[in-house]
Amino acid sequence: MKAIVTVIGKDTVGIIANVCSLLAQNGVNVLDISQTVMREYFTMIMLVDTAGCKVDFAALADILKKDGQEHGLDIRIQREDIFEAMHRI
Amino acid sequence: MITTSEILETIEMISQQHLDIRTVTMGISLRDCGHPELKTCCDRIYDKITRRAEKLVKTGEDIEREFGIPIVNKRVSVTPIAIACECCETEDYVPFAQTLDRAAKTVGVNFIGGFSALVQKGFTQGDRKLIRAIPEALRVTERVCSSVNVGSTRTGINMDAVALMGRIVKETADISQGQGCAKLVVFCNAVEDNPFMAGAFHGVGEPECVINVGVSGPGVVHSALKKCAGQPLNVAAEVIKKTAFRVTRMGELVAQEASRRLGVPFGIVDLSLAPTPAVGDSVADILEELGLESVGAPGTTAALAMLNDAVKKGGVMASSNVGGLSGAFIPVSEDAGMIRAAAAGKLTIEKLEAMTCVCSVGLDMIALPGDTSAETIAAIIADEAAIGMINQKTTAVRVIPVPGKTVGDFVDFGGLLGRAPIMRVNPASPAVFIGRGGRIPAPVNSLKN
Repeated sequence: MKAIVTVIGKDTVGIIANVCSLLAQNGVNVLDISQTVMREYFTMIMLVDTAGCKVDFAALADILKKDGQEHGLDIRIQREDIFEAMHRI
Repeated sequence: MITTSEILETIEMISQQHLDIRTVTMGISLRDCGHPELKTCCDRIYDKITRRAEKLVKTGEDIEREFGIPIVNKRVSVTPIAIACECCETEDYVPFAQTLDRAAKTVGVNFIGGFSALVQKGFTQGDRKLIRAIPEALRVTERVCSSVNVGSTRTGINMDAVALMGRIVKETADISQGQGCAKLVVFCNAVEDNPFMAGAFHGVGEPECVINVGVSGPGVVHSALKKCAGQPLNVAAEVIKKTAFRVTRMGELVAQEASRRLGVPFGIVDLSLAPTPAVGDSVADILEELGLESVGAPGTTAALAMLNDAVKKGGVMASSNVGGLSGAFIPVSEDAGMIRAAAAGKLTIEKLEAMTCVCSVGLDMIALPGDTSAETIAAIIADEAAIGMINQKTTAVRVIPVPGKTVGDFVDFGGLLGRAPIMRVNPASPAVFIGRGGRIPAPVNSLKN
């Protein structure tokens, strides 16, 4: 299943490395990354494949959310379908 | 591939503009639960609801986490109890409400709808018993919602039922300090697949079990409109339409997913714009964004008509299974902007009545002085029913005559039901009119065949 990970928050050193290693530890494959810094806010969007994920989707979402809170970031993972539904006819 | 800006737009809608699925409601038929013995009848109802809806809340929560979209309420609606339990040889229907309440608590839903009767053309024995039980049923239960349909375009208005419901609303308020009335709706042209409380019930033409979804998003529409300030209204209508399309697509996706996981057919998506008391989740704010100093000002009805129509146009394109009420809700106590305008005297019951001609659903969550007579409440119900009957639309009345309170006071219902100022009611008496009883015959526009 494809999903979108979004990371939004104040820019600090090592955000990408941290999120990528968390995903790797849980068996999630990163397919695409785009990132930008708007003013001092860091915004990263990743397209990932959760087919090989070792934990269920809800647990993965919790792991990411918790890690985000520890680093002052808002990290979400959502199934790609929701964006397709809202923005494509 | 979806673009970055589209992804961020969706996340902003969810995190800052209160975009959510307002309710996933499971409709369950109780037509096979009737039994002459009260205990057997209640056991059958409890068993069926708890079996069918066992996984409803858990499934809703799973979907919430996977899509990252809040599903605020998970609810159950059932066949009107006056129909489902009519063969039961009991005079007292309160135990049925207690059974529904117990089942709702077991499966973890916050409201269960269907303590209802459909009496638009007359009463059966079961209808009379059910209506008589409403005040006590709403006093002793926490999660049960009740509704009574007193009129329709096809049948006209049952004015005996209207008069009776005036007394029932009054009695319900008197024995529950007004709280019970927040769970009691009087309808004209009630719909059978409405997922929203307090008026939800599972109609007799519905399947065994069904999933209906109500979307929301006044905050999203409001934010979108801010970007086209000062432009002509047709431009604003287009913005509303596009926003409604997105919100509805999300609702359709969630509905299909819930239906698949629960193994229950998908019924409808209800397109209603439903406010909450939270700041930024208000239908009144949308109307004011369109250029009114306050909701209730002249122009409010026109603005609301445009809003409601644009929401439907966007929604219809987004889902092929649109149903329920599908219109803008204007519940006074549940909308921060409506509360503000009513408290300032800029929004009156008469203006709200006019607004119900162009949107769903009716005079909703309006607090009245405690000394408002049963006849006046009945007459308010009759007026709303007449609007529904003639305009071939659903209308409803959910008013709360709060004991001991008068114009200028506030009443707090708690949680999603919000708080409301007591509104002024026209003091002239309709008692003789209501006392005549009988029926208002079906209007000529009912003769379509």
